[in-house]
This record gives sequence, C-alpha cells and structure tokens, in this order.
Amino acid sequence: MTTRTLPYPPIAPERSAADALVVDPGSLTPGRTRGYPLRREGPSKLTGAAKYTDDLIFPGAWYGATIRSTEPRARLLAVELDPDADWSKVVVVTAADIPGENLVSAIKEDQPVLVPIGGEIRHHAEPVALLAAPDRETIRRLRSRIRLVTEPLPPVFDPELSDHVFARYEIGSGDLEAGFAAADVVVAGEYRVGHQEQLYIESNAMIAVPAEDGGMAVYGSLQCPYYVHKAMRKTLGLASDQARVVQAETGGGFGGKEEYPSIIALHAALLARRCGRPVRMIYERHEDIAATTKRHPAVIRHRTGVKRDGTLIAQDIEIVMDGGAYCTLTPVVLSRGALHSGGPYRCPNVRIRARATRTNTPPNGAMRGFGAPQVEFAAETQLNRIAERLGISPAEIRRRNAYELGDVTPTGQTLRDSVAAQEVLRLAIEAADFERIRAATGRVAVERRGSGEVPAGRLRSGAARTASGIGLALGWHGAGFTGSGEVHIGSVASVELTDDGRVRVLIGSTEMGQGTTTIFPMMVSGELGLPSEVVEMAPVDTAVVPDSGPTVASRTAMVVGGLCIAAARRLRAEVEARNGGRPFVEVYRDDAARHGRTRVDQRFEPYPGIEFDDATYRGDAYPAFGWAACVATVDVDLDTGEVAVRDVVAVDDVGRVIHPILCEGQVEGGTLQAVGYATIEEIKLEDGRYLNDRLATYLIPTALDAPRLTTILVEAPFSGAPHGAKGVGELPMDVGAPAVVAAIQDAVGVWITELPATPERILAALDVATRPGEVRSATAAGTAGTAGAAGTAGAAGTA
Amino acid sequence: MSRIRFLVNGAPAEVEVPGMRRLLDVLREDLGLTGTKEGCGEGECGACSVLLDGQVVDACLVPMSQVDGRIVRTVEGLALAARERGELDALQEAFLELGAAQCGICTPGMLMAARAYLDAGGGPDHGSIREGIAGNLCRCTGYQKIVEAIATVAAGEMA
Repeated sequence: MTTRTLPYPPIAPERSAADALVVDPGSLTPGRTRGYPLRREGPSKLTGAAKYTDDLIFPGAWYGATIRSTEPRARLLAVELDPDADWSKVVVVTAADIPGENLVSAIKEDQPVLVPIGGEIRHHAEPVALLAAPDRETIRRLRSRIRLVTEPLPPVFDPELSDHVFARYEIGSGDLEAGFAAADVVVAGEYRVGHQEQLYIESNAMIAVPAEDGGMAVYGSLQCPYYVHKAMRKTLGLASDQARVVQAETGGGFGGKEEYPSIIALHAALLARRCGRPVRMIYERHEDIAATTKRHPAVIRHRTGVKRDGTLIAQDIEIVMDGGAYCTLTPVVLSRGALHSGGPYRCPNVRIRARATRTNTPPNGAMRGFGAPQVEFAAETQLNRIAERLGISPAEIRRRNAYELGDVTPTGQTLRDSVAAQEVLRLAIEAADFERIRAATGRVAVERRGSGEVPAGRLRSGAARTASGIGLALGWHGAGFTGSGEVHIGSVASVELTDDGRVRVLIGSTEMGQGTTTIFPMMVSGELGLPSEVVEMAPVDTAVVPDSGPTVASRTAMVVGGLCIAAARRLRAEVEARNGGRPFVEVYRDDAARHGRTRVDQRFEPYPGIEFDDATYRGDAYPAFGWAACVATVDVDLDTGEVAVRDVVAVDDVGRVIHPILCEGQVEGGTLQAVGYATIEEIKLEDGRYLNDRLATYLIPTALDAPRLTTILVEAPFSGAPHGAKGVGELPMDVGAPAVVAAIQDAVGVWITELPATPERILAALDVATRPGEVRSATAAGTAGTAGAAGTAGAAGTA
Repeated sequence: MSRIRFLVNGAPAEVEVPGMRRLLDVLREDLGLTGTKEGCGEGECGACSVLLDGQVVDACLVPMSQVDGRIVRTVEGLALAARERGELDALQEAFLELGAAQCGICTPGMLMAARAYLDAGGGPDHGSIREGIAGNLCRCTGYQKIVEAIATVAAGEMA
C-alpha cells in the first residue's frame, strides 16, 4: 500500500510497504533548510522587497470605493447623488454601467456585481454603487453623499427557518432502523458552530488597469486567477485575450481569496473602464471583515447507536448550514461537510441529511477545511461523549472504530490504499503521553469532586485556580476536489525547456505562503535530475500560464504537482529520445539550442479506478483521504472560565512530504487557526450585521495565546498520484477544535457543544453542572448540563 | 503642513506634510518604503511595526508630528551592512532557514519587533520571546517557527 515512487534529493530510507512512514524532521544545515531548498521568495519577503498589491505603483491611478447597503433586505428604488456636492471630478458606477452580465461568475449565478435599481438587496454589506476619485480625501468626503433609496423587506436570519435551499444531500447506507434496534446505547447530541473569518493579514486588494485595445488587466491578491478571468469575461464582455489577471504577492488566503476577489476585480475594472485610468481597490480591514465571506455557521445533530464495547452501529446525522445571502461555493462546502460528517469511522448503518439555506447575512464561502471542520467538531465531540457514557477511553473507542484498509464509507467507497487513521492515532497518543496524562487529570478531578470543597456555581476547590485537561481528536480529509470535480475542471500544467535552455514550470496555482513556488521546482527537478534551484517558475499571469484549476482544496501539491511530474517525465523522455538516450541533465542545453523550445502541457486524467456518481452520491467521494490526530492540553481558569491551550501534538498523514519545513508550517498554522476556532474566534450578529467587524473586536490568537506545537508528519502515499501526495493545507484544521473541547471537558467536566468555547459558555455550563440539588457527576454535566447551558438539546438515552 | 526632518535607515529625510499624516503613509507613499505593511490601520496587528528611536511602534498610529528629529528604522534598514554584501542579517537568515515566514505580510513587522526584543537584551527563552512579539499577529505559522528563529538568534547560534 505505501510504496515510494519518487526519489527527491534528501529522502528518508525506504520502509516496509505495510507501514506509514514517519518523516524524519532532518537537521539544521546553514544555507539550506534542513537540507531542503530555502523558500524561494523568502529573501524578497524578508527584506521588504516583495510587492504585494498595495505596494504596486501605477502612475495616475485613482482610488476606488464600494457603496454598500446598510440594510439586510430591501428593494433598491434609487441611487441618489447629493446635488450640493461636486461630482465633476469623480466617477460613479452603478449596475446600469455594466457592459456584460450583472452576475458574479460562480456555481449558481445568483449574485449581482451591483444591485440594480428595482433589484433586491439581500445583505447589509451588499455592493450597490462604486466611486473612484484621484485621492482618498475626495472619496471620504463624497461616499457619504451617495444615498440609497430603499423599501425594506422582511429579512430571514435563521437558516433553519429559511425556505430557500441552496443545496441538499442525502447519503445513506445499510438499514438505519435495524442498526438502532441492535444498539445497546443510543446517544443524541446537537452541536453549533458560528462564522470564522479567514483573517489573512493582507486584506483584499485589486488594481485594474485598462489596456489600449479595450481590454483590462487586474493585479491582485488572489488564489484563483482563472476564476477572476472568467468573471471579467462575463461581466465586462471581454474576449479571452482581452482579460488578463496577474497575481501580486499574496498575504494569505485560507479560502478567503478563492471567489471573493472576482467581485473586487469587477468593481475595480468597472471604475477603471469608466475613468480610463488604473483604479486601486484596496479594502481596509473593517470593510474586509464586514463584507467578505466567512466559514459557514452550522447546526449539526447526531443520533448514534453503539454496542456496549463501543462499536458504532448506527449514525443518523442532520446538518444545516447557513449559506448567507448568495450561493457562492455553498453547495460544495455542504457536500464536503456531509461526506465527512460521520468522522473517520466504520459504521454499517448511516443516514446523513444535509441542507444549506439562504439568510440575509453576507455570503459565506470558502475557508480552510471547507465544511469539514464544522462537522468533524460535531462528530468527534459526539464520539467523546459516547466514550464517556460507556466508560471507554477516548483513545480506545477510536482504535475500535477507526477506518482500516478495506473498510467501506457511507457512499460505498472502499478504502483501497493509504489509510493511516490507526497510525496517526497511535503516534499522537504516544507522543503526547495521552493515557498517562489523562489518568493524572482524572485523579485530580476525582479528588476535587470528592473533597467536598466544590463550591456552588464553580468547580473551584481549595487553592487550585486552574484545572488542567487533555483531549484527543481524530479526523480525515478527502484529498483534492469532491467527487468528479477534478474531471470536470480538466486542469492543465506545463513544463517547458525554453529556447535558451532554461527549464520553466507554468502553472496557474498561486503562492500565498504555503510554498508553491518552492515545491514545484523540487518536484520537477527531481524528475529531470537537475538541482531545484535551476528550475524557474513562470509568473502567475493568465497571459502566460495555463488554467491549472483553483488553488484550493489542498489540491496543489497533489493534483497540480502530479501533473507537473507527469509533464516533466514526458519532457525528459522526449529530449532523451532525440539525443540517443543520454541523460536529460547532460543534453538539455544543447537540445534547446538545436531544437528550440519544447513545451509539454499535461491535462488531468481521471485517477484509475476512481468513480463517483454526482446524482446518487455513491462511489469514490475522494481519490484518497489524509488522516490527522490531535492531542491538546489546556488549563481552564476556574474563576474566569478562560482557556489557555498549552500544548498541541499534531500528527498528519499527507501522503507524501515534499518539503518538511513547509509542510510542518501548514500543520502548525492550521492547528492554531483551529485553536482560535475552538476558543476565541466568533462573529456576533445583530439584524444580520456583524457587530465585531474590526481587528480590535474579532480576535485571533497572538503568540501568547498559541500553544507549543509539536508536529509529526506521516506518509501513507496515494497510489494514484505519481508522487503519492494527498495535500496538507486543510487537514490540521479539522481536528484542533474537538481536541481542545475534549480537553476542556477533561479539565472541568462539562461538554461545550457550541463553538467557540468562550469563558461565558464554560461558566454557564459549569453553573448548570454544579447547580445545588443536581447530581454533579461528570456524566450528568456532560449531557444535560452542557445542553441546557449552551441552549442546545443534547440528551442521552439507552435503547 | 509641517516640515519634518528625521533619519530613516541611517539616511536623512525631509517631508512637508500635515502633522497628523501617519508615519506609515509617509514611509510607504512619500518615501517608497513599501516593506512596512498595513494590516488593520488601528494598531492591532503589528504589520506596520517599525523602530522609532529603537522602540517598536505601530507606524499606523504614529502621527508625523511625533517623528521630527527622531530615528526611524524599517525592514529595509534591517540588514544594511549585510545587504551591501548581498546577504541577509542573522535574524532574516534564521527566519528563512527555520521557516518563520510564510505569506510574508506580517514578516517585516515581526522582524522589527524581534529586532527590538534582541536589542533590549532578550534571550532565547520562548515565553519571553512570545511576550516580545505579542503585538504582532501572524495567521500562517502558528508562531512556532517564528519563536524558534528568534530564539536561535538570541542564543547566538546564527550570528
């Protein structure tokens, strides 16, 4: 199952095929990074030379601004310019100025670029008009002089009450009723998660530059150049070669720059077209948080039937996601959520019902994990509650149920290779010393309860001001696009030998910190027998590179990497064939001089044996899965309810590690985003408006909030990809939050079923759990207690 | 408008700007020093951290009226001596080798906060380093490798 296929320069020794390989983290070597190439664009980032969008200078450029609705739902009757203001030195654009279709290109084309007169405003930050001026002061002065005349309409904020369904899926296997009938214990639970903001530190930014031929170029911070390209063709009515998209250095994305940059590019381009000069559309942080997409909030209900030994026998899962005002990527977010909702566990009888609906809040979209972190928080917390109820350790119940080779998922997918759930679980438990520490925290909890010192209201006892706990979670993440997504997109990646003898990789995949520009030269040079330093990366410019698909879904190293390796192999074969079979490295320069340029375009071909039916949701939902385990250690302040996450051990199977430092960086960053999701990141809403739409009020973890992170990388290669990679970006995001919540329960005895686990929610749960006259066992606290405190309906019963 | 003279990365600068113009805008727009980044504009993220007379400040919160006669150091001035040799300084080198920069947008500010920490005699203790960079948000790295890079320099291992 786990054969290595590609010898990258510094490579760990071969292991037996049966084992997943733990990657040797390497040693410090000056001038290289543990023997691997240095981040290619690192020096420019470290000296301040790297040019992000707002660093680019276009002489004569104007500044653009977006005039937005301030109501959650209304009919737009008119856009009025204050007649007392001077409008002669600025341009204003409304929907009437759009030359092509007034729709933002997406899955379902329901979102206007600007709300037209007579049209419906569907959320409070919806773009209605655009303004450009030579300087920011004029923008500031005039933007408040544009008045929107509207007629209010009744808004909908509760996704469960909305009758507009963006997407609905039902997945089933086995016989659910028979499963529950055969169960010894049935546990029910309800879990809630809110919005999460991607909070890339570079806010969204786009500069549109009109071309003399009537075309338009945009330079921006973005993940998916060809999404923007398509949107420009459609809305601006441009031919393919008239629309040009160039990625500037991009300061983080995390999904937040997947589809939203299209609308910003269109806004900048509409203004640039109108005023005939470059227009800079640089979002301030406040606007970025208030208006751009977030992770979908969700309500997830579980009813689970288990045998006394912990074996899962029936899972009935309902998911409702809040899509916000427009469809964006909601159907695919929900699809991934539904497919991951049972967790990485075999269960013969399953029903998963998922729907996503429309509300009058800003649209929700992609964020790292893409529907999986929501449902895996629910699945893992549910399993931990089942383990508690049965008196089985969280580690043991996972060992008994985690997928193994040959198991079948609810869509009927047989897991044929690279199943590392048991390996990552074992490694995390060992590395974190989980069972020993949990035994110790358990003894402290028993002493605290038995001491008679437990005060009413809180679990504070004696001198101890904090309680420590340890928690475990296991997760899975489908590698690459869901279902037949990759087949539909048909990505292309190219490798060329230039006529002057250079080797160049041409891909539309973007660098946004994850290391794209460093790992592609490694992958290609490994095939050609060259040092990675000599392989060049073409600029991400739609005039230069092909459409390699979007930089999303942890697919870049796996899918586009696979294409580049295949292209490099073909290039090598072609060059060696016409040079008498001599090695590429010896002949490529002469070959270029004699034959000129050789370019190989590699188009995606379906992975052999992988089939999925989009209509029935049966088959191979993903070509492979990555597997992750996480152990978190927390201290909970018993007076304030604050949680300090001290240590996290993250073990991730990514199929193939191409560059250990960059790969660890993905795990560490994703883990901290999950810790933030678990503890402090929360959007508060009032009438569909985000109340905390500033960085002063939407908090993300600082270095002081961040735990010590220990990362263990595991390789269980995917046999369908030439190099075995399964992707890493999203995997760690799936498991951090349930591990932290389990650790909180281990510390203070209450299950927090709604994220984030804020001090308020913890104290409320403790108040319920320790109310005088109620049983104060951990079990009681974990079921009735938390459910009541969190306003949810968790309950446990025995069948 | 005020005439304000100050030193930037060792070179004299003179600007005529409103006294309340932000140091950040003068650096980025008037002097073309775009290495200093804007992340939030309200002193929360630290992406615009620069050294003002050796103290780390958020350039988005500093009006030019407070800069007259003072010494400003930005990321472009971090490795002046080293850059003449085409090299990075020890802190930049450690960030590069240990993987402490990912998307890079927080990096200039993070480097300046780290420089101030080291210049104040900060040692390799991780807890102290975390205190020293607590005003600088990073969304990519989880801070682990940033802390390790600063600790490595503090311990003199990369000097």
